Amino acid sequence: MLDTLLSNYQEAVAMILFVIGFATLLFQRNLIRKLIGMNIMDAGLFLFLTSLGYINGRKPPIIEVQEAVADTYINPVPSGLVLTGIVVSVSVTAVMLSLSIRLYKRYHTLDMDEIYAMTLKEREEQD
Amino acid sequence: MRESVRSWFREELSGMEEFLDTEEKPDASRVERKSAVRRWEEQLLSNPQMQREIQRRQQRYHTIYRLVAVLSCVLFGLVMLYMIAHMPHYGFANPRADEVASRYLEEGLKETGAVNIVAGMILDYRAFDTLGESFVLFTGLVCSLILLRVGARNPATLKHDQYFDTSSDAILHKIGVLVFPAIIVFGIYVIFNGHLSPGGGFSGGTILGSAMIILSASAGFGTTDRIFTYKRLNLMTFAALGFYSLAKGFVFFIGANGMHNPIPKGVPGALLSGGLILPLNIAVGLVVACTMYGFYSLFERGRIGHA
Repeated sequence: MLDTLLSNYQEAVAMILFVIGFATLLFQRNLIRKLIGMNIMDAGLFLFLTSLGYINGRKPPIIEVQEAVADTYINPVPSGLVLTGIVVSVSVTAVMLSLSIRLYKRYHTLDMDEIYAMTLKEREEQD
Repeated sequence: MRESVRSWFREELSGMEEFLDTEEKPDASRVERKSAVRRWEEQLLSNPQMQREIQRRQQRYHTIYRLVAVLSCVLFGLVMLYMIAHMPHYGFANPRADEVASRYLEEGLKETGAVNIVAGMILDYRAFDTLGESFVLFTGLVCSLILLRVGARNPATLKHDQYFDTSSDAILHKIGVLVFPAIIVFGIYVIFNGHLSPGGGFSGGTILGSAMIILSASAGFGTTDRIFTYKRLNLMTFAALGFYSLAKGFVFFIGANGMHNPIPKGVPGALLSGGLILPLNIAVGLVVACTMYGFYSLFERGRIGHA
């Protein structure tokens, strides 16, 4: 079991990165830091997927012969999945950043708790 | 006919006016009750014993939160490491998971005409997924536009433009203008060889977008505004996404009905080969380039072009 973990060190590092990102999401109150944690989680996931697709001693999936044998090339499916993930992560990061800019413009702070307290006060004043 | 319906409706509603009246009348007793509650609250909060109690509860909440968070993180990490310890070794083929991949690798060249199997996979076998990705990017741009757009007539924007105008810096300006065409050519190369070599619409589009970003950062937004207006961005994105949807819809229709595909595959390895993959790569590249430059422009100054 331990030797598998040691040989799968890339995946293990990817999962540790994922947990670091998750902990950043839980413990940081600053919205920008939460965003950075989210991106660390994304990076861990991409590392995990790319290392799943790699096979020792095989070539990238660019076929130069007529009759291709599947045993010559690495697995192309995780590469495509990572491509999807990167695009989605970029869009989500952009939308979250613009949302936090709007929040900062309104409340002049990026602290989640302070923003929440201010929204509570605003709601009370509206009543 | 219509008149009779209307009069019937009026008659029906005649007895219900007091329920339909939405105008809110100030209720004296309600206001009084509310202020009484607020006074009671303030009195309670001014009590030092109560304050200590609130503080204690807040601290307890934070301790519990931290404990639960640490525990869940550790548990999460341990479970995932345990799973990894039971996975196949790194770098070894997994025959069960490689079934789809071997099919793509063996038949991909014949079925899609693309030498680069990843391009053939994402733009032919899984083209619907890639269409969704392009729409995710477009949606992200639209959301940022809604949230960040300030408008050109805002005095703050004009001041900001003058402050960040770098076009007076001769060295920066000249280097930016010199480097710009080279990066554009490289981006076009990556997009056009997407089905032959590593690369494709997403990476090439990002290179094109970064070329636009470099030009606007070095030569000022005035230069890029001339090439890249809000209208042109709209038109390019719309044309690319529309072309993608129509082309792929056509292919799906033909495939589902078992008809002959009229789009030629070409000779594998030639620039004009791979059927629809090259045009789809160009469409995706345009969307990505527009989105990247749009994000930069919106975050930098709150507008794209002059709009």
